[in-house]
Amino acid sequence: MLPQLEKYFRTERLPHIWCPGCANGIIVKSLVEAIDKAGLDQDKTVIVSGIGCSSRAPGYLNFNTLHTVHGRAIAFATGVKVANPELNVIVVTGDGDGTSIGGNHLIHGARRNLDLTVVLFNNNIYGMTGGQYSPMSPHGAKATTSPYGNVERPFDICNLVTASGASYVARGNSYNTGQLTNLIYKGLQNKGFSFVEALSTCPVYFGRKNKMGKAPDMLKWQKDVCITKEAASRMTAEERAEKIITGVLHHEEMPEYTELYQKVIDKCQGGRA
Amino acid sequence: MTVTNINAKLMQGNQACAEGAIYAGINFYAGYPITPSTEIAEVLSERLPQVGGKFIQMEDEIASMAAVIGASLTGAKTMTATSGPGFSLKQENLGYGMVAETPCVVVNVQRLGPSTGGPTAPAQGDMMQARWGTHGDHPVIALCPSSVQECFNLTVKAFNLAEAYRTPVLLMMDEVIGHMRERVVIPEPGDLEVVDRTKPEPGTQDYLPYQPVDSTLVPPMASFGDGYRYHVTGLLHDETGFPSNNADVMGALVERLHQKIERGLEKIIMVEEVNTEDADVVIVAYGAVARSAQKAMKLAREQGQKVGMLRLITVWPFPEEAVIKVAEKAKALIVPEMNRGQIKEVVQAAVAGKAEVHGIGNSNGDIVTPWQMLDKIGEVL
Repeated sequence: MLPQLEKYFRTERLPHIWCPGCANGIIVKSLVEAIDKAGLDQDKTVIVSGIGCSSRAPGYLNFNTLHTVHGRAIAFATGVKVANPELNVIVVTGDGDGTSIGGNHLIHGARRNLDLTVVLFNNNIYGMTGGQYSPMSPHGAKATTSPYGNVERPFDICNLVTASGASYVARGNSYNTGQLTNLIYKGLQNKGFSFVEALSTCPVYFGRKNKMGKAPDMLKWQKDVCITKEAASRMTAEERAEKIITGVLHHEEMPEYTELYQKVIDKCQGGRA
Repeated sequence: MTVTNINAKLMQGNQACAEGAIYAGINFYAGYPITPSTEIAEVLSERLPQVGGKFIQMEDEIASMAAVIGASLTGAKTMTATSGPGFSLKQENLGYGMVAETPCVVVNVQRLGPSTGGPTAPAQGDMMQARWGTHGDHPVIALCPSSVQECFNLTVKAFNLAEAYRTPVLLMMDEVIGHMRERVVIPEPGDLEVVDRTKPEPGTQDYLPYQPVDSTLVPPMASFGDGYRYHVTGLLHDETGFPSNNADVMGALVERLHQKIERGLEKIIMVEEVNTEDADVVIVAYGAVARSAQKAMKLAREQGQKVGMLRLITVWPFPEEAVIKVAEKAKALIVPEMNRGQIKEVVQAAVAGKAEVHGIGNSNGDIVTPWQMLDKIGEVL
């Protein structure tokens, strides 16, 4: 571990629970690098998660940390941030946690443009329960609950969150950590609802079942399938079809919830005095 | 306390509950509209920003309960209010609040169920849900107001108990109480006790968020942002807050959650006894039904029947001692409820044959009337 990052970890809580080859640790490192770059005060930063593999991350991180129930991380985080807007609030969630049981909270957090930074670890599967298909599993993918191939279609979660009103939406992956760190950093800088989909890998449950090779092969798959928004703009629709577009997908300054609510308080209290 | 026209107001129970929360120092309310509790949200949406607090209407009941816990961890005094179906939805996060020892107040203005039931029909059918609605094994504190004044006072009390014991506290109202209008005297600041949670001593270096420091077994609670950077989880955990699968650690936490409430029973349990000294029959009642009981007792006494009333203000933890005490003197206890006998069964278990226990149960959306009680008294005597 880089010495300058060690202070962000509860080293006594390591090693982590993630399986060998899992990319969640890579994403956590990018998150911590982004926090370091943004210079967030550890005492004034809260990391909130739901339930699932990625949601165990806060336990390893040396901040105020809140490991909640399945799917509700953004709802808990909403209470933290609204009650004390001085705190930096970061949500760590997975694709099962954040897009399925937590889907409603995700779109409403985005709609309010509450100043949260949500990092969604997308490994396309429910890992902690042993490999069931998630709303982010590709059509046709094998899982313990889709033995004949996934009948359902996955979300384009970045499009969904953008349409719901988030002010910053980006996608990165665990292969290109420099880009991912930067995308999370920009999310932390944005005053409003920031959403970063971070493609992770699950070699044990997703990769093995779908014959994607070993952990390095899955990272290589990410390298091959992911293209930047800029590169995509130079490709034909046919060339783009099988690709996953990364980078800042949406960024628009708009009024933030706690600032708007403070105006209500000021008006009420001003009116009374 | 001097009562003037300024501090005496005509108020609805729900409104009094909201004003009681303001008196107790509420900083944050999250809720989702549901009849017959909605006026609590409506009043607080107006009142909270006036006192610098925050109101947010969440996307659902589950989110409201989650937000209330999140806000409490920053040091805020928090509340949510709902009715039957919403109360069911809150249960998972209510259990989280119990295990993570997060103070908050949850109001359930009960309506007729099951399911969507009778939205504006009164009931007391959620008393057992209040006790055992979450999964797992934990104690619970639930208070039942019988007047609009008590909606105010017991809301303050509910906040105090939540802060003192680091736990969610339930205020189990019913539709009659929530929507009835009565004269309420708003106490001056200082008239009612207002309790704030104990924080760690400033400069505490080795703060353990789940380690009790005195015989109350309630650990001091630091707010997120105070500089202690601790971990909160719904998993069973040790005194550091970090999860453990060790049977001793898990068992010790569950045991302490129970013990901290048991050690506080004297301060938590509230009952009102009227005419029980010489009573042959004692009506054991709570919430709106206690008002009918009061009337029935008066009418029965006028007819020369020795009838008393034991009103359960705290229903959970169950006031077992008070019930046993009246049962030892009386021939029979009558437990009228707007349900099929949820508390009657608990009374019966507590009394263990020391007196006859008869229930009157209305599950049709009607309050139990004094005349139903008089009929029963006639049968029993």
